[in-house]
This record gives sequence, structure tokens and C-alpha cells, in this order.
Amino acid sequence: MHAIFYKSAGWFLAVLLMLTAAGVAADSGFAVHMLILATAAAIMLVVTLRRSDQPPVVADLSHYDDEVIRWGVIATVFWGVVGLLAGVAIASQLAWPLLNLHSEFTSFGRLRPLHTSAVIFAFGGNALIATSFYIVQRTCRARLAFPTLARFVFWGYQLFIVLAATGYIMGVTEAREYAEPEWYVDIWLTIVWVSYLAVYVGTILRRSEPHIYVANWFYLAFIITVAMLHLVNNLSMPVSLVGSKSYSAFAGVQDALVQWWYGHNAVGFFLTAGFLGMMYYFVPKQAERPVYSYRLSILHFWSLIFLYIWAGPHHLHYTALPDWAQTLGMVFSIMLWMPSWGGMINGLMTLNGAWDKIRTDPIIRMMVLALAFYGMSTFEGPMMSIKSVNSLSHYTNWTIGHVHSGALGWNGMITFSALYFMTPRLWNRTRLYSLRLVNWHFWLATLGIVLYTASMWVAGITQGLMWREYGKDGYLVYAFVEVVAAMHPYYIMRVAGGLMYLSGSLVMVWNIGMTIAGKLRAEAPMSSPAHDPARDRPLTPVAAA
Amino acid sequence: MSNILNRHKAIERNVTLLAVLSLVAVAIGGIVEIAPLFWIDSTVTKVEGVRPYTPLELVGRNIYMREGCYNCHSQMVRPFRDETERYGHYSLAAESMYDHPFQWGSERTGPDLARVGGRYSDGWHVQHMTNPRAVVPESIMPPYAFLAERDLKTDAIAGHLVALRRVGVPYSDIDIAKASADLALQGDAEADSSDFVARYPKAQVRDFDGDPKRLTELDAIIAYLQSIGTAVDFTAAAAKEQPR
Amino acid sequence: MSYDALRHAADSWGLVFLGMVFLVLIGWTFRRGASDVHARAKTMIFEPNEFKDDQRG
Repeated sequence: MHAIFYKSAGWFLAVLLMLTAAGVAADSGFAVHMLILATAAAIMLVVTLRRSDQPPVVADLSHYDDEVIRWGVIATVFWGVVGLLAGVAIASQLAWPLLNLHSEFTSFGRLRPLHTSAVIFAFGGNALIATSFYIVQRTCRARLAFPTLARFVFWGYQLFIVLAATGYIMGVTEAREYAEPEWYVDIWLTIVWVSYLAVYVGTILRRSEPHIYVANWFYLAFIITVAMLHLVNNLSMPVSLVGSKSYSAFAGVQDALVQWWYGHNAVGFFLTAGFLGMMYYFVPKQAERPVYSYRLSILHFWSLIFLYIWAGPHHLHYTALPDWAQTLGMVFSIMLWMPSWGGMINGLMTLNGAWDKIRTDPIIRMMVLALAFYGMSTFEGPMMSIKSVNSLSHYTNWTIGHVHSGALGWNGMITFSALYFMTPRLWNRTRLYSLRLVNWHFWLATLGIVLYTASMWVAGITQGLMWREYGKDGYLVYAFVEVVAAMHPYYIMRVAGGLMYLSGSLVMVWNIGMTIAGKLRAEAPMSSPAHDPARDRPLTPVAAA
Repeated sequence: MSNILNRHKAIERNVTLLAVLSLVAVAIGGIVEIAPLFWIDSTVTKVEGVRPYTPLELVGRNIYMREGCYNCHSQMVRPFRDETERYGHYSLAAESMYDHPFQWGSERTGPDLARVGGRYSDGWHVQHMTNPRAVVPESIMPPYAFLAERDLKTDAIAGHLVALRRVGVPYSDIDIAKASADLALQGDAEADSSDFVARYPKAQVRDFDGDPKRLTELDAIIAYLQSIGTAVDFTAAAAKEQPR
Repeated sequence: MSYDALRHAADSWGLVFLGMVFLVLIGWTFRRGASDVHARAKTMIFEPNEFKDDQRG
């Protein structure tokens, strides 16, 4: 009884504190954020009070702690659609600028961080948290270490997303790509992230299995490295403790390298190492055969995490960054090609002896496509990090094409296949609502990616070449705005590609929703019909009696 | 010997060891690349002419960041013939030494802005911000007409200068004490600006947005844009040798 | 240490040292007796589980 009293009193005080902060806020953005926090605390107060007259929930120790993973699956699907929708919206704004709607809240500059963060941190982050909790329990054969803290990680992370997203729309931003949230949101994320590390490591420590499975190494490296990157890159000086604005602790060239050390390794550890953790568990499970080479996975892990961190300076080729740093960035980016392809080969060769599953199992097909795009983008990346290539590709849409072949092809597809794998198991269904809809999703997404990346590749190279085109008279041929005009058809093609990818994800929403609802679609199986030799013969005339 | 050879098994079975070794592996690259930037000459040398932002420019820069301009505009001219002919002299490290944060950007959906200062008239900027397609028909930039409607609040600016001084920008006590007054002064063509310009060399003092009665966000962003890339006098560094 | 000294170290002994570390690490995964450990580790995720809800997965 006392516990309930102190808990609800605590939440009540939190509500008061946040309302006070909103009252004395130095700017409206901070005030809105404090009101959001007050609302969150008020919800917690209501939840605490309502629980007080209910018997305490006793954990069923004979089952895995999957509740928070089920929420995570729903959150991943939800934020995925939000992020893709924002992407289609801003792509359309570049094709038709009228769609900026003459409002500050809907202009491209404010919506673009919303798109990148919704896709990377909301969709990707929820997928990583959910799958890591799923995998760590099953590979350790133990329940989550701190169940309450695990729930805090989930809801705390959603709160971070809401604060970040509303901040972007209001123009509350640190203006450093992929690290835009302001100082107090960064502090909140740090608390959530340390809790995440505690739950994850705690579960590994409780394992009833001597060996830590390879997927967990990648998740662990992802959690630790992101913590390091986030802490260093977001060092900043707030103007006021009740205001949103802060100034980065670093300036100019130092700030640029710290930011791209962060930015590139957000790709390397958030979007690569973490998702490789997914790959190392879900691909073997779905293919029903162990990973091709465990030896290769050891090499893959250590060389990937060691080399990746050096690659940041390739975002700053030919800038005012010292030459030696650029060269180091380039050399390590090229070396990174090898462990990346080692990982891709390890994933693909897991299917050795079961290649027919690509034909019969659309989830396996999705995983293979994800690995193929992982291979393609990890080849394209090192190529673009070569300084002479970069002199053409940098600042153009080629970069946009490259990141989307990675994000849509690799991160998207491996996440979708993991969701399709987990959903029936988490909700205790015999199978997905429909495998044929997975097939639809696969083809819509694949065509969408092809349209998107192809148009951006062509656009990027066109842009790079037009900018540096000299005429016979020795003058630049094109004004900048002529190059902008030349991009118009490609921008429209990109919108079409994005729409296809979005529609594929809507098919997934329906499929997963119906699976959760417990429905099974009556449909012919995906595999080819069985061969019956007894019927595979000509009709013979029956001898006359 | 076999003990050492089997050590990866030990790593795989000890989560603390795995975590520590992972942290070591990921820390090395960052330390080697980032740490030297804080003391080597080419990144910490001052270049003549580079000064901290005036309060009005600083407010303009914060609006630039708030509106996400960095998503489409770079501020980094690379040392290529086509870029220096299109935009101007290539960028130096020292030119962004007071930029907290840097705004070099990563994409040129719109043109580079590292040398945009002084390139267009204030009037052009006013029209362009209000409706970009009025002056550049092919432009795909969003309109920022609302900036002209927003009055600047001058009282909080000193706190911004204090925060910047804490991270190393050399604002003097006078700069901070006079910050609010400086902010108002720079947008007023009639004001006596001799002391202000002495503290902020080459600062441009005038009414930027064509509305002398008000100090708006449009004043601030144009003041910032007109100042970008103008600090260093590159003609002084031009080749001394004359062609024969 | 000056830039030149560091650069010289990185281009000579540093390079040799890192190359050796790389080769040793690769050789290490091929050590005798590792295969059994690896085979056990990689099939671990398929072993039947004592928890009821995980019979399928």
C-alpha cells in the first residue's frame, strides 16, 4: 500500500514539475515538450492508480517474457509506415515545391529530419530493441533480466521518438544530421539507452547456456558503440536550463569530424551491426540450418567493428579536414568491403543445400534480397569513398540512392522478414495470415527499390557531370538552377518508387494485423504441386474383353 | 599454448570481456582520427579576418538551422576548378572555427552557400525568401514569407553569447553586456555603429528586410547570409607574381 | 611526436605490426579443436527448449 502511495505521489510531483517547467520555459518549443512530458507522467499516474486495486501480475516463468516484444513489433510496423509516408511526402516536395504548403511546419527543411529519424531511429530502433529482446532470451534460454526496466526501455524510447519528432516540426534542432534532438532529449535517450544495456547484459549474465551466440555479439557491440557515439557527439552547452537551444561543444573542422564519426557509425553500428544480429539469428532459423561458417562470423565481427569506426572522414573528402584524415577514412572504407562481404557470404551460404527455399518461401526470399542489397551497398560505399569517385558523387543524389539501397533493401527487408518470422510465434498462431501477401510485399518493395535507386543513381551522376561541365569557350556550361530543373523527372520517378515501397509496407500492415487477429487466409500453398509418378503416364486403351 | 588458442571461447563465454574488447576495438579509430585535430596547426591556426558572429548574424544562423537549411545547402567549397569558379575561393578550416555547430552540409539540392555573402542584393534576398520562384522560376525551395512577420526578441541574446563563450568563442565582456543593443543596432541604418564595427570588423549595418520600422527574423537571416564567407580577404593572398 | 615521425611509423613498423595481428587473428580461428566448439555453438539455436511456447521456434 505504501509503495502505491509513494509511486503515485512521485508521478504527481513529476506532473507538477513538468507543468512548472512549461510555465517558466524560455521558448515555446521547450514549453510544448514539457507539456508532453507532463502528459506522459500523468498517464503513468493513472496507470499506477488503476493497478492499485488489481492483484499483482505474477510472471509465468515457464514462458519467455514476450509482452514487450509484441509491443515492439506493433511499434516497428507503425513507425515504419510513418517514416515511409514522411519520405514520400518530402520526395513529392522536391518534385512539386507547392507541397511545402506555405507553412513553416510542413516545409522540407523541417520534415526531412522527421523522415530520417522516423526511419532510422523509430522504425529501425524499435526493430532492434524488439528483435534483440527476442533473440537474447532464446539464445540464452533465460527470461529478460529486469522486466520492469525492459518496459521502461520500450516506453521511454517511444517518448524519445515523440519528443524528437515534435521538436523537428517546431524547429527545435541541433542541426547536425541524424543527431538533431536537443540536449534534454539527448539526456533522456542516454537514460533509456543505459537501461537497455542493463537489461541486455543482465539477460546474458542470467543465461543457462555457456556460449554467447554470435547474434548477441553484434547486438552488444551495437548498444555499446551507439552509447559512446551518442555521448561524445551530443556534448553541448545549453543556453538556458529551461530553454531548448544549445550550442555544440565543438566547432568547425573538429565538430565536422566528430559529427561524421558519429554519422557514419550510426550507419555502421545502428544500421549494420545491430541488423547483422538479426541476420545471424533469423536467417538460420527460417532456413532451418546453422549459419554457414562460425569461423567466418568471428572474423566478420571483429574486423567489422574495428574497421567501421575509422571510415567517418570519407564524408568530408576535399573539405577543410586535413588530408591525412581523409586518406585514412578512404583506406579503411575500402578495407571494410571485405568483412562486409564476408558477412554477406556467410548469410547467403547458410542457404547452401536449401536454395529451393528461395522459390517456395517468400520470407527466405526477402532475407536473400536483404543480403544481396547489403552486399551491393557495402560494395558501392567503399567505391564512393575513393576520393576521385567522391569528387563526383559527393553532394549529389547518388548518395541518396546509395543510402536508400542500404536502408530500403537491407534494413527494410531484413526487418520485414524478422517481423514475419516473429509475429506468428509471439501471438501463438499456427502461421501468418497469408504467405501470398508476403509475396506481394516482396515484389512491391523490390520494384520500389529498383525504381528509387536507379532514378537517384542516374540523377546523381547527371548532377555531378553537369556541375563540372566546361564548354569549348572555357566557361561552365550550366547554371546551378539548370541542374535543379534537370532533376525534375528523376524526382518524380523517385516518388513513384517510394509509393510502391510504401504500398508494400501497407500490405504488411494488413497481413500482420490479420495474423494478430488470429485469422488465416484460405489460399493455395506457395510451393509447387507435388509430383505423382503414378498419374504421369499416357492413357492406355483398355483391351477389349 | 592451447590455453591461449582457446581464448576466443573465453571471450564468447564472458560478456564483460566481450563488451570491454568490443569497446577497445571501436575506440581506437576515433581516437587516432579525432584527437589530433585539437592540436595540429592546420586545424587550429587563426586566419586574419575571422571573427565571432555578431548577435544579429548569430540569430540569423540559428534561424538557418531551425529551418533545416543545411538539409539542402552545403557551406563548403572544395578546391576544384568548377567549384571555385561557380562559388568562389575554396573554404578554409579557420573560416568555420566559431561555428558551433558546423554547417558544412552533405547535399547540394540547392547551391553551396559558403561564399553567398555579398553576391545578391538585400532586395533580392527579401523577394527570394518570400517566394523563391518569383526570382528563380526553376527553384524548388520552400517559401519563407513568415520570417518577415516575426519580430526579433532582443532580450535573451546575451545568454546565447555566454553559452558560446563557455565553449570557446572569444566574446568579450563588453560584447555580452551590449549584446541586446548590438542586436537592435545592426538592423538600423541610422544608428551610430562605430563602436560596434570596431568590435565586429566588417559587420554590415543597415536595414536588411526593407522594413526599417521593424527588426524581424528576415533581417536576421539576410544579415547572416550576407556575412557568410566574407571574413577573409582572399585578394590579399592572391599570387603576387604578374604574368609577363 | 611530429606528423612526419608518426607517418613514418605508420608506414613501416606500424603497418607490419597490424598486418601480423590481422594474420594471427585469422590463423587463430583455424586452430585445432575449434571446429567442435564452432559446430556446437552454431547449432545451439536449434536445440529443443524447456520452455513450452518455443516448441516451434
